[in-house]
Amino acid sequence: MPELNQLQDIVTQTRRDILRMVHKVNSGHPGGSLGCAEFFVSLYHELMDLNEGFAMDGKGEDLFFLSNGHISPVYYSVLARKGYFAVDELNTFRLINSRLQGHPTTHEGLPGIRIASGSLGQGMSVAIGAAQAKKLNNDTKIIYSLHGDGELQEGQNWEAIMYASGKKVDNLIATIDLNGKQIDGATDDVLPMGDLKAKFEAFDWDVVEIKEGNNIAAILEGMKEAKSRTGKGKPVCVLLYTMMGNGVDFMMHTHAWHGKAPNDEQLESALSQNAETLGDY
Amino acid sequence: MTKYTDQGKNDTRSGFGAGLAELGRTNPNVVALCADLVGSLKMQKFIEENPDRFFQIGIAEANMMGIAAGLTIGGKIPFTGTFANFSTGRVYDQIRQSIAYSGKNVKICASHAGITLGEDGATHQILEDIGLMKMLPGMVVINPCDYNQTKAATIAIADYDGPVYLRFGRPKVANFTPADQKFEIGKAVLLQEGTDVTIVATGHLVWEALQAAEELASKGISSEVINIHTIKPLDKEAILKSVKKTGCIVTAEEHNYLGGLGESVAGALASAHPTPQEFVATKDTFGESGTPAQLMDKYGLNNKAIITAVSKVIERK
Repeated sequence: MPELNQLQDIVTQTRRDILRMVHKVNSGHPGGSLGCAEFFVSLYHELMDLNEGFAMDGKGEDLFFLSNGHISPVYYSVLARKGYFAVDELNTFRLINSRLQGHPTTHEGLPGIRIASGSLGQGMSVAIGAAQAKKLNNDTKIIYSLHGDGELQEGQNWEAIMYASGKKVDNLIATIDLNGKQIDGATDDVLPMGDLKAKFEAFDWDVVEIKEGNNIAAILEGMKEAKSRTGKGKPVCVLLYTMMGNGVDFMMHTHAWHGKAPNDEQLESALSQNAETLGDY
Repeated sequence: MTKYTDQGKNDTRSGFGAGLAELGRTNPNVVALCADLVGSLKMQKFIEENPDRFFQIGIAEANMMGIAAGLTIGGKIPFTGTFANFSTGRVYDQIRQSIAYSGKNVKICASHAGITLGEDGATHQILEDIGLMKMLPGMVVINPCDYNQTKAATIAIADYDGPVYLRFGRPKVANFTPADQKFEIGKAVLLQEGTDVTIVATGHLVWEALQAAEELASKGISSEVINIHTIKPLDKEAILKSVKKTGCIVTAEEHNYLGGLGESVAGALASAHPTPQEFVATKDTFGESGTPAQLMDKYGLNNKAIITAVSKVIERK
């Protein structure tokens, strides 16, 4: 098991990867990516039981589905640094003929990706299907998924949320990235979603809150608690309170960096706040 | 050639149900999903024999498409069942992203397609589904003509690795193709040879084409009748070979002329062998309530309409 400081080093490098990827092509979504860096690193480097290499069917291993596909930079960085593909390939993000499309896809055969996402609201249904396939296959590993909070405005989520508890899909941990922001502003201004904990509980889910969603120790503790609640007849929801743009001072406390890349000066400033740890690609 | 006769009326959706039941016995990876229309889709036998491999989703078609995509990841071959309208337009983006673009091995099985759904009216009668589905890269689109062929097609698509749209209908219609037929995706079936006109039909219109050809023969017109059960990929070779002989073509389908079989045929012929063509299809309109026979007559989708179209197209040669 990696020490906390080792995980933190991976997070710092992941931030650099995210910033450099979006800067190079002057497009992409750094804000949400930075906000979920600690979660992704904790998941892939500590929490998930993963097989060597990549097989689409993922039998005998935990699987992860990203529903809010626009935070592809953090996904790609973590997959590359976990060894699913060469770290150098991060250089091709959003370029023509790349496997690293703007939003994640299976279409170009990038190892680690099992479904296309980007058009919002679809990932929970897919995660449920994968979870039910695991049950049919007598595979006791579990399914993790991540969803944006704004994404919950899509109605398909609520079909899926109703189904997962109704059909006792209890090998699923669906995490909601609660950063309180979406493209047009604060979720409370765009469309208030009220008390999400109460909503999930009303749909008969087991809910775990991680109040410090950018603190690795808190994430590990909360996610282990969530895992301990699987297999008990209810799907598990994790409400992960994160800071969009975390780790870069001028990207925090604003929704401005949801889908905007830093310019040269801004990149320099952002990188200076996150010194190289594992080596840039 | 074989003379096709009606072996007894039956609905194509029951052919689907029978095919699915057989798959339940022969292929352990096949699973079925339904959005609260088990009876309409004739899925009871599969469910009774394989309760663990059936997922009742409730009235939530978008969720059903996503769950089907997820099930493929564990190696399952999901067959989704609901009406054609709710299998396509209602869930287009879910199919596009989670199934087609993701290359998932989902079989979208759509009943009550077209105007023969009848009395429920236009909210449930989709005449745009072939177009919607054939536009998706990599999607196979199949519209079998009778009970036997729907059963054979259902069984055949389980062996094909990739997304498939299987379209069938509600009413009991002539069952005239062989019970033991081998169904080949993308392979046209030549039903009757002729020299004056090619009639290419799909779905319920195939039997109407045979009826029309018989009537035309009594008037001295020799029709070649081809059953195009697979609209995509289209068997262009079979169509080209026929029109090179006959010099004109009528396409017939229970679908809008925009986006349907006729459009696919016209596209293929325009670049390879421009040929006079008439379209038996709905003319960019919604349907309405009525009995299937009344509607097929009113909207020009029966053997009479095919005969009229043949007369017109032969004059254009």
